[in-house]
Amino acid sequence: MEVCKLEIDNLDDLRKLSKKMRKKILEMALYAGASSSHFGGALSSVDILATLFGKIMNFNKVNLKNPERDRFILSKGHGCLVYYSILNILNIIDDDELKTFEKDDSKLLGHPVKSQNIGIDFSTGSLGMGFSLAIGVAIALKKKKLNNKVFVLLGDGECNEGSIWEAALCAPNLKLNNLTVIIDNNKFQQTGSNKEIMNIHDLEKKWSSFNWITKKVDGHNHKEIFEALNLPDEQLPKAIICSTIKGKGFSFSENNNDWHHKIMTKDNYELALKELEND
Amino acid sequence: MIDINTKKIDMWSKIGSRATLGIAILEIEKNLKNLCVVTCDVSTSAGLDRFRRQKPDKYLDLGISEQNLIGVASGLSSEGFDVITTTFAPFQTLRCCEQIKVNLGYMKSKVIMVGLASGLVLGTLGYTHCSIEEVGVLRSIPNITIISPADSLEVVKALTASINHNQSVYIRLTGGAPIEKVYNDDYNFVIGKAVQILKGKDVSIFSSGALVSSCIKASKILEEQNISCSVTNFHTIKPIDENMIKEELKSKKLIITVEEHNTIGGLGSAVSEVSSKVSNSPKIISLGIKDTYSDGGSYNFLLKKHGLNVEGIVKSISEEIFKI
Ligand SMILES: Cc1ncc(C[n+]2csc(CCOP(=O)(O)OP(=O)(O)O)c2C)c(N)n1
Repeated sequence: MEVCKLEIDNLDDLRKLSKKMRKKILEMALYAGASSSHFGGALSSVDILATLFGKIMNFNKVNLKNPERDRFILSKGHGCLVYYSILNILNIIDDDELKTFEKDDSKLLGHPVKSQNIGIDFSTGSLGMGFSLAIGVAIALKKKKLNNKVFVLLGDGECNEGSIWEAALCAPNLKLNNLTVIIDNNKFQQTGSNKEIMNIHDLEKKWSSFNWITKKVDGHNHKEIFEALNLPDEQLPKAIICSTIKGKGFSFSENNNDWHHKIMTKDNYELALKELEND
Repeated sequence: MIDINTKKIDMWSKIGSRATLGIAILEIEKNLKNLCVVTCDVSTSAGLDRFRRQKPDKYLDLGISEQNLIGVASGLSSEGFDVITTTFAPFQTLRCCEQIKVNLGYMKSKVIMVGLASGLVLGTLGYTHCSIEEVGVLRSIPNITIISPADSLEVVKALTASINHNQSVYIRLTGGAPIEKVYNDDYNFVIGKAVQILKGKDVSIFSSGALVSSCIKASKILEEQNISCSVTNFHTIKPIDENMIKEELKSKKLIITVEEHNTIGGLGSAVSEVSSKVSNSPKIISLGIKDTYSDGGSYNFLLKKHGLNVEGIVKSISEEIFKI
C-alpha cells in the first residue's frame, strides 16, 4: 500500500488547529486557578492530537454514538486539557462548559471522566490502565467485524508501569492491526526527567522487540506524525514514538518540569498569549 | 525520637500532613541506620524533596511502578531494612493490593506504607485520585495495622510508633494544607488505643482522620442544642479499640461514626462488628460516602455533598437523636 502524504494546505490547517488548541489549554489552565492543572504534559501532546483528530480519525460531533467511529483513549489521563481542547474545537464541549474545568460538579475534572455524550469512552488518570482498555476494544471491534481503528496515547513516564508491558506483549500476539499506540516521549515525568527517575532507555528498540511496527517521529511535526499514523496496514499493531517537548509552545514552560502541575497566573497567561500571537 | 513542642505543632498544622510526613522522615532518619524510603515518582507530593537531596543513600525512586514498589520494599525488609513506602493512596493500596496481601499479610514482611491525600481531598482530580475504599480492602488482609491520623502531630506520632511496631502499618493521610489541629500539645499515642477527646452524656461520636476536628466543632454546636456528645479519635482503625467501643455502647443512646470513606468497610463497619457482639447495643449510624462515586469537585464541596462537613454532622446527629 502507498504511504499517504499530507498536502501543504492540510499542514497549514493543522498548524492553525494546534495553535487554537494551545489557546484553549491556556484558558482552561487560567480558569483552574488555585486548583492548578497538568499543563506541560498537555502541551507536549497538542500536535499529536491535532493530527489525529484533524486528519486521521473518523470522530466528530455527529458520529459520537456510531459504533463504527474511531476510538481514542487518553491513557495518560492527567493530560486531559489537550483532550478537552480538541473536543471543544470539534464543538462537542461548548465554551461555557470549558470554563467549568475542575470546578464543583463539573464533568470536566482533572482527569477524563467517562461520558459518552462527549465522546470520552473511559475514565483514566490512574496511569497504565488505558492501554489495556484499548486492546479490549480493538479485539471487540475485530470480533464485530468492524473496520474502525483504536488509538491510545501513553506518556513515557507511564511506560514505567508493568501493566504497559503486559499489554505491549499481548497486542502483537493477538495481531491487533487496528490498534495504534502513540507515546508522548517528552522525556519528563512527575518529579524529574525519565533519566533521573527511571531511565526508559531506547523506547524504539523496546517496542520493536515486543513485535510492534515501530516508528519514531518528531512529535511536533504534523507531517511526520501524519505519515507515521498512515503507515501501511500489516498484521501487527503500530507504536509511534513521538519525540516531544514538555510544555511545548511557551518560553516559560518548555522543558521546565515545574509546569508538570502548576498554577497559571494572569502574568504567565498574558505572556503566553503574546507568544502565541507572534508565533 | 522526634522533639515535639508547640511551635513545631503549629508549623506542622500550617503545612498539612504530607509536608509534615517529609519533615518527620528527615528527623527519624537520624536514628535509623537501615532506613529506606521508597516512592514512585511522587517525592514532591510526599514532602520528600529535601530528603531526596540530603539522604540519597536512604532514598529510592522506582518510577511509576506501584506493584514493583511493594515487592521491592518487602525484599528490603526481609534483609533487615526499615522500609517506608509512599505514593497517593489509591496507588499505594489498591493498585498493588495482591502484593500487599502476599508480602505484607501472608509473609508478614514489615513495611510502613503511607497513603497520600486519601479520602476526598483530591476531588477536583476525580475518583481515580480520591480514595474511599482502601480501609475496607486493607482491613480484610490479616497482619496489617491501619492508622488514620487526625492531624499533623498525629502523623508524626503514628510514624514513630509504626517504626517500632511489630507488623506492617498503613498510615492513611487525609485533609489539606493547612490542617486543623486536634492536639495542641504532645500526648500519649499508643497504636490500637483510641483517644477520647471530649466527654459527653447522650451521643458518642467516633471518627478518624481530618474529620475528627469537624466532629469536635459539631459537638460544640450540639452542646448549645442541649445534646451532649463525646468525641473519640479512633486513630487506629485496625486493630480497633474494642474496650473503648464497649464502654461507649454501655453509656450512650446513640453512636455515630464519621469517616471520609465508604460507609462499607471502614471505621463504621469495624464499630458495627464489635457492637454486634454486644447485647442491647444502642443504635449506630455511619456517616461517610454512601457506596457511590459522586461527581467531583473541591474538598469542601465534596464533604458537604456527602454530609461530612460540620453542618452535615450536626444535622445528622440532631435528626437521629430526635428519633430515639
Ligand atoms: C498509577 C499512577 N501512579 C502515579 C500517578 C501520579 N502521576 C500523575 S502524572 C505522573 C507522571 C507521568 O509521567 P508521563 O507519563 O511521562 O506524563 P507527562 O510527563 O507527559 O505529563 C504521575 C507519577 C498516577 N496518576 N497514576
